[in-house]
This record gives sequence, C-alpha cells and structure tokens, in this order.
Amino acid sequence: MDLIFDALREAVRLLRTGDGDVYSITARTALITGASTLVASLIGLPIGLGIALGRFPGQRVLLAIANAGTGLPPVVAGLFVAILLWRSGPLGSLGLIYTPWAMIIAQALIATPLVVSFAAAGVMSLPPSLHLQVRAMGAGTGQYVWLMAREARLALLVAVMAGFGGVVSEVGAATMVGGNLSGSTRVLTTAAVLEVNRGNFGTALALGLILLVLVVLVSAVLTSVQARVRRR
Amino acid sequence: MFGTSRAQITVVLGLVFTAFGMSACGGDTKPPPTAAASPTAPKPARPDMILATTTSTQDSGLLDVLVPAFQRATGYQVKVIAVGSGAAMQMGERGDADVLLVHSPAVEEKFVADGFGVERTLVMHNDFVVIGPVADPAGIKGSKGASEVMKKIADKRATFISRGDSSGTDILEKGLWKAASVAAPKGQSWYFETGQGMGATLTVAREKQGYTVTDRATFLAFTGKLDLPILLEGDPALLNVYHVMVPNPARLPKTNTDGGRAFKNFLVAADTQKLIGEFGKDKYGQALFFPDAGKPEPTER
Repeated sequence: MDLIFDALREAVRLLRTGDGDVYSITARTALITGASTLVASLIGLPIGLGIALGRFPGQRVLLAIANAGTGLPPVVAGLFVAILLWRSGPLGSLGLIYTPWAMIIAQALIATPLVVSFAAAGVMSLPPSLHLQVRAMGAGTGQYVWLMAREARLALLVAVMAGFGGVVSEVGAATMVGGNLSGSTRVLTTAAVLEVNRGNFGTALALGLILLVLVVLVSAVLTSVQARVRRR
Repeated sequence: MFGTSRAQITVVLGLVFTAFGMSACGGDTKPPPTAAASPTAPKPARPDMILATTTSTQDSGLLDVLVPAFQRATGYQVKVIAVGSGAAMQMGERGDADVLLVHSPAVEEKFVADGFGVERTLVMHNDFVVIGPVADPAGIKGSKGASEVMKKIADKRATFISRGDSSGTDILEKGLWKAASVAAPKGQSWYFETGQGMGATLTVAREKQGYTVTDRATFLAFTGKLDLPILLEGDPALLNVYHVMVPNPARLPKTNTDGGRAFKNFLVAADTQKLIGEFGKDKYGQALFFPDAGKPEPTER
C-alpha cells in the first residue's frame, strides 16, 4: 500500500520538477502513438468502408484477416518489423531500426486491423434501408460512401480510438523496434519497464499514472466530440 | 472506389510525416548541446552507432554515465540495446551492432575463434553472488564454495530462480550446476526460469523467496528493495568479467567499425577506467565495477 502512495507522491514530484525527462517522454509518447494512429486511420478507415460498402472478390477474406489481426500480439508485429528493418534485414539499408519511424511502422501495423475491423463493423450495422434510400436518391459512388461514412461517424471515431488504445499501451513492439533509447525512442511504457528492471517501482508506477492521464485526456476529447456529434 | 481520396491520403501522409520528422526526430539529428560546446569533438563521418550490451550495465546505471561521456568526447550518437550477452553476440554476428560489451568469457572466446568478433579487450570485472531467503532453507550459508552451494540447493529442492535467457549470468549459472555435477535442473519443480533481465529476476526471487545468482552491480542497485541477503561470495568461480569486442569488419563491411573502435578505445582509456572505478561509490558506498584495462585476465591472476 505504501508503494502506491509513494508512487503518487513520486508522480507529482516528477510532474512538478520534470525530472527523468518525463515531459519529453510523455510528449514523445503522444507524438509517436498519435502518428501511428493517424497512419492506421488513413489506411484502415478507407479499407473498413470498402469492406462494408463495396463488392469485390476477396472482401470476406480481407475482413477475416482484419478481424484476426485485432488479436495480433504486439511482440509478433514488433519482431516482424524488426526482422525487416534490422541492418541484416531486407530493409536494413534504410537505417530505420531503433528510430521513432520504426515504432510508427510497427504500431501502425498493430492498429490498422483494429481500425479496419471496428470501422467495417460500424458501417455494416447501419440500417439496410439507409443504403437503398441513399442509392434511390441517385447518389454517385463517392457521395454514397461519404454519406454512409457520415452516418457511421461515431463508429468510425470508436475505430480510431480502438487503434490508439491498442498502441499507446503496448510495450513489446516499442521495445523491439525502438530499443528504448533515451531521448529518442523511450516512451512511457518502455520507460516504465526499464524502471521496474532497475527496481525503481515508484518511478515506474508514476510513469504508469502519467500514461493513464494521457489516455484519459485523449479519450475525454474524443468522447466530447462524440457527444457533440450526437447532439447535432 | 476511393480513387480521389487515395491521392489526398498520400498528400496528408506526406505532410504528417514531414511535420513529425521535424518535431519528433529532432532529438536524433541535433547534436546534444554539450557536444556542440566541446571544441575537441570533430563530428565523425558516421555518427550513428549501436552498442549491444548486457542488462547489468544498463540496470545498474553505469551506461547512463559512460555513454553521455563518450558522446560528448567523440560526437558519436550511441544507440544502447541492452539484452543478454547471448543475444548481444547474435546481434554482433548478424552485423546489427557496432560494438559489444558483454560478460560471458567462454562464449566470447568461441565468438572470436569463429571469426565473428575482433579486438576483444578486457574492460572491468566485479563478481556474482548467490542470494537467498533470510531463513536459508537449503542451509547454504557458510558453505565453502559455489559447488557445495549448488549441490545443497538441488538436494533440498529449494526454490531457485534462474534467468533462463542465455545471458552471461545465465550461462555462468548453468556452468555452476555443471561444476557441482548436479544434473541440469531445468524442468524441476523447484527451478524457475524467468527469461527476463537481472532486475526483473531479482524481483521474482524476492516474491517467490528463492535463491538466485546475480551480478553484484544489479544487486547493489536493488539495495533496500530486496530482503534476500548474500549467502555466498568470493568464490573464484563467481568472477564476472566484462570484455568489449568489435564485430569482424572483414565479415561485415556495413557495420560502423570506426564507431565501435572509438567506443572500445574510450572504455579502456585511463579517464574512463577511473570513471568506472568511481561509479556507485557515492550512492552505495562501494564500487560496482573494478576497472581492469591493460591488466591480465582476472582468471589468470
């Protein structure tokens, strides 16, 4: 129990003094996970919409892959990206391993199936009559997709949040492709693991609390958007 | 179906990456202010280099002192990847690291003999200790040496926590069982392998109240966090020797050999050796590592 209070005190102290680079680590975490969520959304939302609205061969297979991919263990995604990006790997000459870019690639790989799967499910659950209605109004393909996406915007927002949640909390891929380098690829989760390994449990817990605050802040923003969208 | 939006996506992606590159990766490209201030550090042709090392050097905090000092002095940017000695040497073998700081002498000698590493140089040593519960259920306290201790633990089937991760510590521990002619305890109900670093393994040992073998530096870094006292120390078999090596440039022309050599030379330089000898004295009242550069191998003294 003492440890928890010590951690709270340590968290407040870290935040007040900015010791141990907490601010830069927190900012870096927000940037890297934000970027990977953005990449995953830009790739995943169109694919999700395509699966839900389009008709093309391999549609079901794609959906099955995305659904299975939601369970993709971060460590596996990380190892896969690491093998590609290691100097000895096929993309080694790009020099991306142990950089924030490598983390974004790995985390986007983790988040994309989540975004696709959630987006597809959300759009598919729109009432079937809506499809007919929009089509009957003579909407072109572009308009049709746009209108359906608008109708499903809450579900699409949830899809993006799912992607963010999937990457902000993971540590396996971040460590493997990022290397937990101080000042460059150290994020809240990998820093917390390092502090645990060093026996600094208070600091580790403090970093965990900061991560929690970050997640709550982001989801609060998204939730307020959700609420505004609903009222309209 | 979304032909136009794909073009937009490309544009947005490009923008995002550029913006991100300027902000997040700024730390990578900008030299630290201290390095810029140092007039003696001409920027190396290829500043990025990877050091593969053991968890003990990172978990004890030694690298937090050495790496910034090296970067200030030379202008290199070191990426420290802390893994077990086994994994570190695999990285070296594949060319995924430019310099190795490891502590598994027998494996290192084979590594050099196989042509994977060159310029293997003695850096420092400390020692391993056997720690365990205060109650000492296997009664190892006061034993004559490591072999007797390992035998007693196995005979009593006392809980033992092993790294199990092919690290230098893990390989040493496996060697202790062998030297004590105890059949490999892997798979026994009293023998647990964490597969994690030394710090994490110490925590498991504390919670399971088991015996374990740890390097002294990590043990001291956990001062006040463990209720497991040292029950055996001082046996020559428990010597923990660190060497630095450079992956063979003849085999791996793509590694940053200049950077690797620079780090190797830095480690054995007189000032660095002094830094190593002083490290930890302020916090723990004793040195965590003993500098050895230029001395004969501790095993042969």
